[in-house]
Amino acid sequence: MINTTSQRAPGAVKAPGTERHFDRKGLVQMTLLGLLLILPVVAYFLGHLYYVNLASRITIIAMAAVGLNLAIGYGGMVSFGHAAYFGLGGYVAGISAYHAFDFTPFMSWPISVPGSDNLLVIWLAAALLCALLALVIGAISLRTTGVYFIMITLAFAQMIYYFANSWPTYGGEDGLPIYIRNTLPLLDTGNALTYFLICFIGLILAMALTSRLMKSRFGAALTMARLNDVRLATSGISPYPIRLVAFVISAAITGLAGALYADLNGFVSPTVLSWHFSGELMVIVILGGVGRLYGPLAGAVLFVMMETLLGGITQYWQLFLGLVLLGVVLFAQHGVMGLLAGRERNE
Amino acid sequence: MSVTLLIEQLLNGVQLGTMLFLMASGLTLVFGVMGLINLAHGSFYMVGAYATAAVTASTGSFLTGLAAGMAAAAVAGALVELIVIRRLYHRPHLDQVLATFALILIFSEGTRWIFGSSPLRLSPPSWLTGFVTLPGNTRYPIYRLVLIGVGIVIAIALYVLISRTRLGMRIRAGESDREMIGALGVNISKLYTVVFALGAGLAGLAGALVGALQSVQVGMGEPVLILAFVVIVIGGIGSIKGALLGALLVGVVDTLGRVYLPIFFRAFMPPSEASGVGAALAAMLIYILMAIILAFKPKGLFSAHD
Amino acid sequence: MKNITRFGLGLLLSSSVMAVQADDVKIGMITTLSGGGSHLGVDVRDGFMLAIEQSGRDDIEVLIQDDANRPDLARSLANEFMQRDDVDIMTGIIWSNLAMAVVPAVTRQGTFYLSPNAGPSDLAGRMCHENYFNVAYQNDNLHGAMGAYMRKEGFERPIIMAPNYPAGTDALAGFKHLYEGEVVDELYTQMGQTDYAAEIAQIRASDADSLFFFLPGGMGISFMKQWESSGVDIPIFGAAFSFDEILIKAVGSAAIGARNTSLWAYDLDNETNHQFVDSFREAYSRTPTLYAAQGFDTANLILSALDSVHPDDQDAFREALRAADFDSVRGEFRFGPNHHPIQDIYVREVVEGEDGQPTNRLIGVAVEDIQDVYYEQCQM
Repeated sequence: MINTTSQRAPGAVKAPGTERHFDRKGLVQMTLLGLLLILPVVAYFLGHLYYVNLASRITIIAMAAVGLNLAIGYGGMVSFGHAAYFGLGGYVAGISAYHAFDFTPFMSWPISVPGSDNLLVIWLAAALLCALLALVIGAISLRTTGVYFIMITLAFAQMIYYFANSWPTYGGEDGLPIYIRNTLPLLDTGNALTYFLICFIGLILAMALTSRLMKSRFGAALTMARLNDVRLATSGISPYPIRLVAFVISAAITGLAGALYADLNGFVSPTVLSWHFSGELMVIVILGGVGRLYGPLAGAVLFVMMETLLGGITQYWQLFLGLVLLGVVLFAQHGVMGLLAGRERNE
Repeated sequence: MSVTLLIEQLLNGVQLGTMLFLMASGLTLVFGVMGLINLAHGSFYMVGAYATAAVTASTGSFLTGLAAGMAAAAVAGALVELIVIRRLYHRPHLDQVLATFALILIFSEGTRWIFGSSPLRLSPPSWLTGFVTLPGNTRYPIYRLVLIGVGIVIAIALYVLISRTRLGMRIRAGESDREMIGALGVNISKLYTVVFALGAGLAGLAGALVGALQSVQVGMGEPVLILAFVVIVIGGIGSIKGALLGALLVGVVDTLGRVYLPIFFRAFMPPSEASGVGAALAAMLIYILMAIILAFKPKGLFSAHD
Repeated sequence: MKNITRFGLGLLLSSSVMAVQADDVKIGMITTLSGGGSHLGVDVRDGFMLAIEQSGRDDIEVLIQDDANRPDLARSLANEFMQRDDVDIMTGIIWSNLAMAVVPAVTRQGTFYLSPNAGPSDLAGRMCHENYFNVAYQNDNLHGAMGAYMRKEGFERPIIMAPNYPAGTDALAGFKHLYEGEVVDELYTQMGQTDYAAEIAQIRASDADSLFFFLPGGMGISFMKQWESSGVDIPIFGAAFSFDEILIKAVGSAAIGARNTSLWAYDLDNETNHQFVDSFREAYSRTPTLYAAQGFDTANLILSALDSVHPDDQDAFREALRAADFDSVRGEFRFGPNHHPIQDIYVREVVEGEDGQPTNRLIGVAVEDIQDVYYEQCQM
């Protein structure tokens, strides 16, 4: 599926005479995805579980960034509050498992809602709740533009962060443990490789959805709304609902990633709701290359690997992380994917 | 709740507001003139506090330390502008976000490398400690009154600078039309460096002044950075007047919310629960305020770019 | 500072270069070495490594990683230690919320975890585990002891204050549990709050005769500096977390006169402690904090158990740890049934030291043989 989708740049009309360029880009993308799939499988059969879990972490962070990229890169909506959706998704997994474990209902009035440890239920709930939250936040925030939009999305995320920190029922700042990984019928989700493959499929689906969306009429309208919303409005389409829908889908993808992350760690805490995490997600998207289908993946691989490798070398690792990020932004104009695969035609 | 307590809390709110204004004025100038989102503004706050603590400790003079802190932050600002920021003006906002996020990491860990992990000591000089007795027999710390005074002086000085001087004229021109002032033969790159250093210096001054009341430690600039962003967005980006009013509004709302929300909830809740709920809501209050203001005035209260 | 880093790194490198033999012991330390509040992690690490070095054993490999005070990173590092490096024992975590993220997973997978600082109530009670040992304190200990001490000293109208997060509400609950009387008011501040003018005004407006607060790290520094010039003159009390040697030097004169509870004091009179304080000062040119003492004790507990058995023999090693047969810098030290310490809690007062800097001085015992209240919920 990815083979066909990756051949075309999202939201752009195929231009003639760029075949060589395509080959290089396709090669880079296939290598990236291939390595991400093959290395953990090899590691698993060599008995190195740690690397399998590291790959799961990269995959999930990449998926969250894919969601954010839909808002930032394709929609031009610079959200500084996507941690809210990532965290909400995580808390859906945590809270649901907590009640399933305790055999207490999540809600008994007006309707009875029991907890569940079925991942399908959790994912559905996470995606729907994040979509709902994003609908409310987006409806208000999209009235603003530019820096105001950045800051109002941050404000909403901060509200949720402080709420989660001080609300004692689900652990407050201590967070909420998930004792046993939530389950799927027929599969052993506790197995590291199985769980990695679930995450990997999630990432592929998120990327495929983005790609399909951007090739549709909806995607064309979204691109137009980003580039020139006056022109879009004169063609009889109001940019506001287009943006809102994209924002909601973006939040749902990030929320799903949050649910996967909580189950990977067996734990969810307000840290993933903090503005730092929103900033990191943004950094990953920009690092990889804004508005590129494979950008979030490249960014996540680079960021998590740097975090892991530098951390083992020196206690001042964040200094070097900062220097590398600065180097990328100064010398690689269009992120890592821009550096490796060349420029997009619409840049 | 007595009236004197209310007045004291209002003073506390105003004092918080004046310090936020020092941070926010630089941030809003930099955005207004250069269109730059600077996440690293909190780092200059930290640089100011650390330099002041170090110089005060070695010379024994708080005023020398203060001058050194402000100068260090301004120099750091100028260097950052010349080495990094200069290359980013023509780049998308997102690249600026990434670069200044990286600068936060570099400044924080660099400071820790130089000064170590322990918080530094910085106290107000002995002639500024102690308190005055206000009407109603309330004691109020002298140092906080001085902070309010400094905030007012800086606000007036900025007003004069921007409305009465040649530099101020260029800044105003830069805010209204960036291409235009280049065409008029103004040396833009010099102007940008000066404005950036000025903003950094003000942040450094705020860090040094507040550092004497708080903990001088790595990461001290981040909470105040977020608050400063809230301030300039409420006030309207690019507007010094908006920054001043936004800062006072945020300072007063935040302070009063922390005091009166728990008391309010106590009317219909057991005390310990009320304190918890009140404190939680107080933490969210300024963000709620900001969301409401932006929902009705999407460009803040006094936007310079209308 | 740089010397210590080099020492730590040198140790790390030399030990990883060393050929690892089958009976070598691997210890994984995840602690907070960067960001705000990192001096706690640095002291735990330095105290721990000092004990390892003094033991002269070259069959122990200590791997050290920085969690940057982030639960998800700490969790990932724990995976790295367990799944890649196959460590026998883990230790080092400073903060309760990180401990909650890491410890259950570690102990469940059959690795020993010894806490050198955090002691959240769940890990002492319903989530306790046979492979989990807390060598520091249960979170309530110091606050409860201060409650008992203030009652004993005849304070009748305390006002109490803490940040609005689990450790804060637990601290106030722990205080009230042993204070056994009415408090004038409970104030909840925000996490990471830096300005306390509003709270100080409320304290002044109340008719409290004393203040107990739990504001760890930078929050405590900010509060005490602002308290000093407020003109409110009731005595202040707290737990050692706001009064370690590094923090009170940053606070300055404002800390003088404050009393605080601690499980250890550098002027505690026993031979092990004298040697520890002297050698720590010599190695790192500073006075150790209680975190360093806890790190030192943690390492010595591990060493005492390693003297008799290798951790591969889990049951024997667990018994050896449980016996706690080592010389603690705190004097008497033993474990309760939930592997949390039963220990004396001391009271210290901040005084002006010989160099004019504030320092802690031991003034008495708050509670003898304090034990947490959660052990009854613990089934292991």
